[in-house]
Amino acid sequence: MKYTGNVIKYGDNVDTDVIIPARYLNTSDHAELASHCMEDLDKTFVTRVQKGDIITAGFNFGCGSSREHAPIAIKASGISIVIAKSFARIFYRNSINIGLAIVECPEAVDGISEGDKVEADMDNGIIRNLTTGKEYKTEPFPGFVQKIIENGGLINSIAKGEIC
Amino acid sequence: MGMTMTQKILASHAGLDSVQAGQLILANLDLVLGNDITSPVAIKEFSKLNKSSVFDKDKVTMVMDHFTPNKDIKAAEQCKMCRDFCGEKEVTHFYDVGKMGIEHALLPEKGLVTSGNVVIGADSHTCTYGALGAFSTGVGSTDMACGMAIGKAWFKVPSAIKFNLTGELRKYVSGKDVILHIIGKIGVDGALYRSMEFTGEGLSSLSMADRLCIANMAIEAGAKNGIFEVDDITIEYIKEHNGAEPKIFKADEDAVYDEVIDINLSEIEPTVSFPHLPENAKTFDEIGDIYIQQVVIGSCTNGRLEDLREAAEIMKGRQCAKNVRVIIIPATQQIYLDAMEEGLLKIFIESGAVVSTPTCGPCLGGHMGILAKGERAVATTNRNFVGRMGHVDSEIYLASPATAAASAITGKITSPWNI
Repeated sequence: MKYTGNVIKYGDNVDTDVIIPARYLNTSDHAELASHCMEDLDKTFVTRVQKGDIITAGFNFGCGSSREHAPIAIKASGISIVIAKSFARIFYRNSINIGLAIVECPEAVDGISEGDKVEADMDNGIIRNLTTGKEYKTEPFPGFVQKIIENGGLINSIAKGEIC
Repeated sequence: MGMTMTQKILASHAGLDSVQAGQLILANLDLVLGNDITSPVAIKEFSKLNKSSVFDKDKVTMVMDHFTPNKDIKAAEQCKMCRDFCGEKEVTHFYDVGKMGIEHALLPEKGLVTSGNVVIGADSHTCTYGALGAFSTGVGSTDMACGMAIGKAWFKVPSAIKFNLTGELRKYVSGKDVILHIIGKIGVDGALYRSMEFTGEGLSSLSMADRLCIANMAIEAGAKNGIFEVDDITIEYIKEHNGAEPKIFKADEDAVYDEVIDINLSEIEPTVSFPHLPENAKTFDEIGDIYIQQVVIGSCTNGRLEDLREAAEIMKGRQCAKNVRVIIIPATQQIYLDAMEEGLLKIFIESGAVVSTPTCGPCLGGHMGILAKGERAVATTNRNFVGRMGHVDSEIYLASPATAAASAITGKITSPWNI
C-alpha cells in the first residue's frame, strides 16, 4: 500500500482526549466524530484536512484512553496514515483493528515539515518526502497487519476467515 | 529462559510451555469487559460477524458507568443499546444503574477477576486487575467485539520492568503517591508496550486498595499491564470476593527484565502531578500556593472505601474552603453503603462536600463536575490532559485522597502532612 498526501504535524504525547474529547463520546457516528477531530489541540484541523493527508507526530501518539473513537475520527476525517516517533499501545492496536495505517519512524518525523508532500510506501517500508526528496527507511507492516489494514479492519478479516 | 509473571500467564492461556518477549500469541480470555462508551462501538462491530451468541455469557461483562445515570439523550441511547444486547445475548454480568459501580472498582469487588486470569477490557484502566495477579489490559472496541465472539485475543508478549519495593508507606501516603512518583520517574511512555511487575518485601505493607490504584495507572506510564506478585493479602482478598482457590504465577528466578527499579516506599512523599501530563510529578517542597476551585475524590483510581476513609479522617470536623466545590464519588454501591454505615458520608456532607452516585462522571469530563475556563481542580483521578475535566483552559492536579481532602479544606494544594 502507498499513501500520498500533505502533512499536518503535531508534537509529543498527543492524547486521545484531544484527538476526540470525551464530551463527544455519546455518539459512535463516524462523520460526527470526524467533525470534532483534534478539536482541543488544533481547532483548524477539521477545516483544513484534505482526503489523503498525513499526520506526523512525536513520541507516544494516542496516549490515554482506549476509545476507538480516536482512530475512527482520524480515519473518517480523511487522514491516510499517521507517522509518529512512537505510538501508545492501545491506540496502535486500535488503529490496525479499524484499518487506519500507522507507522513508527522517528527519522522521518524529524525530516518532514508541516505542509510537505509525503509518500509512505508500506509494502517496501520507505517514506519519501516528495517536497525535499529525502527518503527514510522503516519496517514494512508484518503480513497479518498488512492484511488487516487492507481488509479495512480486524472484523472484516475475521469475517473473511483470515484471522483465527 | 525464565519467564516473568505476565509471560507465564500468557503462556498458560495460549497452550504453550513457554513464551518470549516479542512473540505473537493467541490467548484464551477469562473475561471481556466493556462500558457504556466503548460497548456500543463493539456491539456494532460484533453484529458484522453474524454470531448469534457471545462465546460465553458468563465471561462477558458490561458496566454502565461513564455517562450514567444517563447524562443526555445520546448517552441514554448508548446504554439502551448495551442493555438490549446483553438482554438478547443473556449476558450474566450486565451492571446498570442501581447495581453498577465504576467498572474497575466493581469487578474485583464482585469477584469477577482472580489471579492468573487473562482479561481484556475496552477501557484503558482495565490494567487495574493486575493488583490481583491477573494479566489484564485495555483494548479497543474492535478487540472487545472479537473477544466477545471468539473468546480469544492476539497479543505480542511484552518484556517487563521489575519494580522491587522495599520499606513501608508513611502516614497519609498511599498507592497514588507511589504510582505518581513512579510515572514522574519513568515518564508517560516509560513502560511503553511493556509490563510493570511489582514485587519485593515492601508489598506486604500495601493494601489491596493501594495495589489496585498502582496497577490502575500503569497505563499512564504507557504499560501494557501492571501486575503484583500474589501474596497473603491477595489470597485473602480473592477468597473473600471470588471464593476460588487462587492460581499463582510467580516469576522465574532467571526471568529476564529490561530494567529493575528499586522503590523504597518509606521515602515516598505526598505527590501531585501538575497539568497536563501525569509525569509532571512534584513533591511539596516544589509546590507554592496554588488556589483551586474544585476537588474530586473518586474514580476507578481512588474511589474505594480506604480512599474515602482517609479523606474523611482529614475532613472530619472541618469545613471545605469557601468557593471550593468538593465532589465525593464512592466508586460502587457497596462502597457507598459501607461509607454510609461508617458515617463517612455524614462527615463529607457536614464539611460542605457533595456525595454523588457512582459514576466516572467528571474524571473524563463527562458530567457531574465539569470545569469552566481558567478553573483548577485537585482530583484523585488518573489523567490531567488538556480539557480532560472540562474547558481546554482548565487545569487538573492529580493527587491522593489525603492530599485532595487537605486541599479541599484549605482551598489550595496542600500536603496532608501540613493540616
